[in-house]
Amino acid sequence: MVKRKYCDMISRSKPGPGDGGNTGSWRVMRPVINLEACIPVKTKKNSCFNCWLYCPDCVVSKTIPPVINYEYCKGCGICAEECPTGAISMVAEATPVTEEK
Amino acid sequence: MHIIEAGNVAAAIGVKLSRAQVIAAYPITPQTPLTEKLSEFVESGELEAQYIPVESEHSAMAVCIAASTAGARAFTATSANGLLYMVEQLHWAVGARLPVVMCVANRGIGAPWTVWNDQQDTISQRDVGWIQLYCNDHQQIIDSVIKAFKLAQTVSVPVMVCYDGYLLSHTYMPFEQPEQSKVDAFLPAFTPKHFLDPENPGNFNTVTLPDIRLDVDGIMAPGYIEIRHNLQEDLRAALDTYVTIDKEFEKEFGRGGNPFVEEYKCEDAEFVAVCIGSLSYQLRDVVDIMRDDQVKIGVMGVQMYRPFPDQAITQALAGKKCVIVFEKALSYGNQGALYADIKSALYSSEKKPRIHNYILGLGGREIKTQHLLDALAESCTTPDTFGDSPRWIGLKLQE
Repeated sequence: MVKRKYCDMISRSKPGPGDGGNTGSWRVMRPVINLEACIPVKTKKNSCFNCWLYCPDCVVSKTIPPVINYEYCKGCGICAEECPTGAISMVAEATPVTEEK
Repeated sequence: MHIIEAGNVAAAIGVKLSRAQVIAAYPITPQTPLTEKLSEFVESGELEAQYIPVESEHSAMAVCIAASTAGARAFTATSANGLLYMVEQLHWAVGARLPVVMCVANRGIGAPWTVWNDQQDTISQRDVGWIQLYCNDHQQIIDSVIKAFKLAQTVSVPVMVCYDGYLLSHTYMPFEQPEQSKVDAFLPAFTPKHFLDPENPGNFNTVTLPDIRLDVDGIMAPGYIEIRHNLQEDLRAALDTYVTIDKEFEKEFGRGGNPFVEEYKCEDAEFVAVCIGSLSYQLRDVVDIMRDDQVKIGVMGVQMYRPFPDQAITQALAGKKCVIVFEKALSYGNQGALYADIKSALYSSEKKPRIHNYILGLGGREIKTQHLLDALAESCTTPDTFGDSPRWIGLKLQE
């Protein structure tokens, strides 16, 4: 391997999942897609994809159906906010244990 | 071509000859005439550059960072509180390894408000990671600006070119203006390895994790500590790089040969006065007077303060009887910063000289040759009993 110059080893990355590390571990709320309400699934057309477009970490695929990569999804909820049909809901990752009486 | 002009204009001509492509600055005394001159050059078409007026020094440095990240040769200038206002961006520019060049016309810092010369503004920025060059006259200003662009793009570290406000920025002196074709040969256009490019999108300096990690290409990317370590190593290596650049410059333009320190009558000297900036030329007069009285004394001006040329300084000062450091700045609560750095450099030396510290000229207090003469006379007669605390020159109202 060619030795890299120190000054070239800057903090630089390309847009894409994993740019900020394993951010899936940050998630408190998990986005879940209700495929029955999802426009590309219902119409079988490459349309909408607001979730793919707005995801700041590029973890939603532009496929039918859209698939969320939970390895890197940090649970920000922007996809749920932007989904025009409300097909994405934010579900708690964990339910706190209720105190025993 | 020989011309007579102000120090600020010497700097502006240096920037023009270096073909800076983006200039962003906010006016502040005593830097203002420099950026005014540059805006004239851009307006008249003499300099093909984008001149971007900004609302603050913080924005000026932010514009330079953005321009430099896009691959442009970027320049700004400031003084005193303006420099302090851009400090957050100063750290950013160097952490991002951008070859920005900035002139600082040295001025005291408020409070209390002052517009006059001392060097607290840039000395306070010694730990940022920028390279700091200091000039003694107008010729050194124009030459240092051109060398600074070359040094910055060679080592990917931003460079500050500092010169005394008013004493140099506003006084007129003759100096040689290098030919454009020679400057072009010395300082060719360059393209950084990584820059903002729509064809090849990338993120720069986003959150960098404590540990190293694989990037999206599967290449191991450095963590924060590696990037900082590399900056330190590259800064130390920049000392040798600057020697090479200085030699190239000397070959092309016939001036140079003292990249780190400029010595005057030091060779046989038992006593050496040390300082930064134009004061070293004033001290030459004092040295001449004392030499007439058979005192073996010389003066040394430090021209590169960061990275600190500790070896060159040790070489120049080890074995002397006494070193007397004059400073227009303080590391408050301790001593003069240069004094402490020189002491530290001499620590490993076998023949340690005595070393004294004087503080003077803060906020433009006049530095009288007689005061310098009295201080040096005292240091030369009582080298062993001086003490480690800085003494103040020209201080009044001490009731």
